[in-house]
Amino acid sequence: MKKLIIALAASAALMGGFASSAQAQDKTKVCFIYVGSKTDGGWTQAHDIGRQELQTHFGDKIETPFLESVPEGPDAERAIERMARSGCALIYTTSFGFMDATIKVAEKFPDVKFEHATGFKAAENVSTYNARFYEGRYIQGQIAAKMSKKGLAGYIASFPIPEVVMGINAFVLGAQSINPEFKLKVVWANTWFDPGKEADAAKALVDQGVDILTQHTDTTAPMQVAAERGIFAFGQASDMIAAGPKTQLTAIVDTWGAYYIKRTQALLDGNWKSEQIWDGLKDGILTMAPYTNMPDDVKAMAEETEAKIKSGELHPFTGPVKKQDGTEWLAQGEKSEDGVLLGMNFYVAGVDDKLPQ
Amino acid sequence: MLEAILLTVITAATPLVIASLGELVTERSGVLNLGVEGMMIMGAVIAFAATQATGSPYLGVVAGIVAGAVFSLLFGFLTLTLVANQVATGLALTILGLGLSGQIGESFVGQPGIKLQPIAIPLLSDIPFVGSLLFRQDLIFYLSIALVVGIHWFLFRSRTGLKMRAIGDNHASAHALGINVIRTRYLAVMFGGACAGLAGAQLSLVYTPQWVENMTGGRGWIALALVVFASWRPIRVLAGGYLFGAVTIGQLHAQALGIGIPSQFLSALPYAATIVVLIIISHNRRTTLINTPASLGKPFVPER
Repeated sequence: MKKLIIALAASAALMGGFASSAQAQDKTKVCFIYVGSKTDGGWTQAHDIGRQELQTHFGDKIETPFLESVPEGPDAERAIERMARSGCALIYTTSFGFMDATIKVAEKFPDVKFEHATGFKAAENVSTYNARFYEGRYIQGQIAAKMSKKGLAGYIASFPIPEVVMGINAFVLGAQSINPEFKLKVVWANTWFDPGKEADAAKALVDQGVDILTQHTDTTAPMQVAAERGIFAFGQASDMIAAGPKTQLTAIVDTWGAYYIKRTQALLDGNWKSEQIWDGLKDGILTMAPYTNMPDDVKAMAEETEAKIKSGELHPFTGPVKKQDGTEWLAQGEKSEDGVLLGMNFYVAGVDDKLPQ
Repeated sequence: MLEAILLTVITAATPLVIASLGELVTERSGVLNLGVEGMMIMGAVIAFAATQATGSPYLGVVAGIVAGAVFSLLFGFLTLTLVANQVATGLALTILGLGLSGQIGESFVGQPGIKLQPIAIPLLSDIPFVGSLLFRQDLIFYLSIALVVGIHWFLFRSRTGLKMRAIGDNHASAHALGINVIRTRYLAVMFGGACAGLAGAQLSLVYTPQWVENMTGGRGWIALALVVFASWRPIRVLAGGYLFGAVTIGQLHAQALGIGIPSQFLSALPYAATIVVLIIISHNRRTTLINTPASLGKPFVPER
């Protein structure tokens, strides 16, 4: 019996192998490594929607195999290497924690192109790409300041990495541009993805009097809590309007599709180059979900800010800005350099929290 | 404010207590099932699916219980009938459950769920503070309290419970006395599965009425640890579950108050508290040994 099962499994594996190699003859393979499941309702799902758009755009010309739920760490390296061996021409590794693994595998496969999301290590055949999510956070901060009766919002954060700290600061600066007295409470859930913990954090914030919630974690649980308690909230990574039809003010939606199409086109045309790309609202790599549940004047203000950011007229990190400890960070009219943002490890004034170091 | 905090604590502690109680019964019969996380997530996804299909969260609760019990049968068949290694099989059950539930639940991601509504108990719910805290809860909370009392009575006051503990302590002797070891263990494993399924249903119908993959977030493992923490006694499971819940919620409030303690330290606090209590409890080795099922995890093959 056992032998039979082994024989069956082996033959199935062989057939599978033949099938995929037969298909792969003249199609270009653009491959994806996901950290979560492709239906996680947040980060990975946004990447998978991008992959589907890419597949639809090029149709029969390309194949887009993917591996999902690949844990960050040693397993990632094996998964990426497997992809590289299977004949992928371009491999997207879509999580910060895949950074070192991507670089290692890229050294072994100089002919394969790699693109790593949200990282900072590049090579001859490794590009990095990221979105300026803080632009959306700034708009959210402005909306929060208009909509909050108490001038106090709650922020459910994941881990104290520059990406998240940057989001918190942009939100506060946006809010203070409307109401200089605006305060923000921060709770670190120390997870990207745990509905229970996120809901608990949301409840704790609401119980302490915030009347607007925003999150940098991936499930809709905080949105549900906000809906239950009758306050407003912002969605994260995907449009979360289904979880709070009367609650969501807007959401930052990751839209990777256009970017994937642009880069794959470059690959097919033979002019793919290693670049470090950090696109924003104007490039369509992130979009704002419809502005809902707010009066027309707030909506008009949000749309105007969005337009100004897109045109380059407004940079969310423009002085005068003070750090939390009261020292000056940006002088009047000074704009922050990208390098400072990408390594951000301090709060601006107005955040009611001590940054974990 | 205090009332709101305590309500959050109750919601957070209930799934831990229920899953832990189920595992306690399983372990008291001498079987170590490390698949709690897997059974819990199966309960969560099936409960959510049944609720979406029928519109009734109560049918969802029933479906969650059945799903957990049926899924645990797989573990029972492998470890009790085929005498496979319990640790390995339990781990496999967890991995299988996490994967399978993701597959089943794929179409439910992003769908708003239906919440199991609280039931106010007449008169009692009118008592100030205590009433709204304890007597204006959902069905699963009431079940969790009933389970604590029921299991305590079963284990230490009933004849069947005594027999089951005898199996857990020495299955060879129990077998020689004519007790059906395998059948009792099958029932204990299924009870554990049913409880884990119920705990899962609480997650997807009360705690956060939605389905997302891996939504148990390690709670099955915490439930497993609680059994040891409670030295296999149901009332201590209740205490341990609530202590863990209270510290978890307390640290979030401490953060929101901005008192300036590093959040990583606060996040580790529930686990640190568990370890401290564990040390205090196991200080007296004799009482620990009395409560530990001596045959725990050992395979049993009837010789004749």
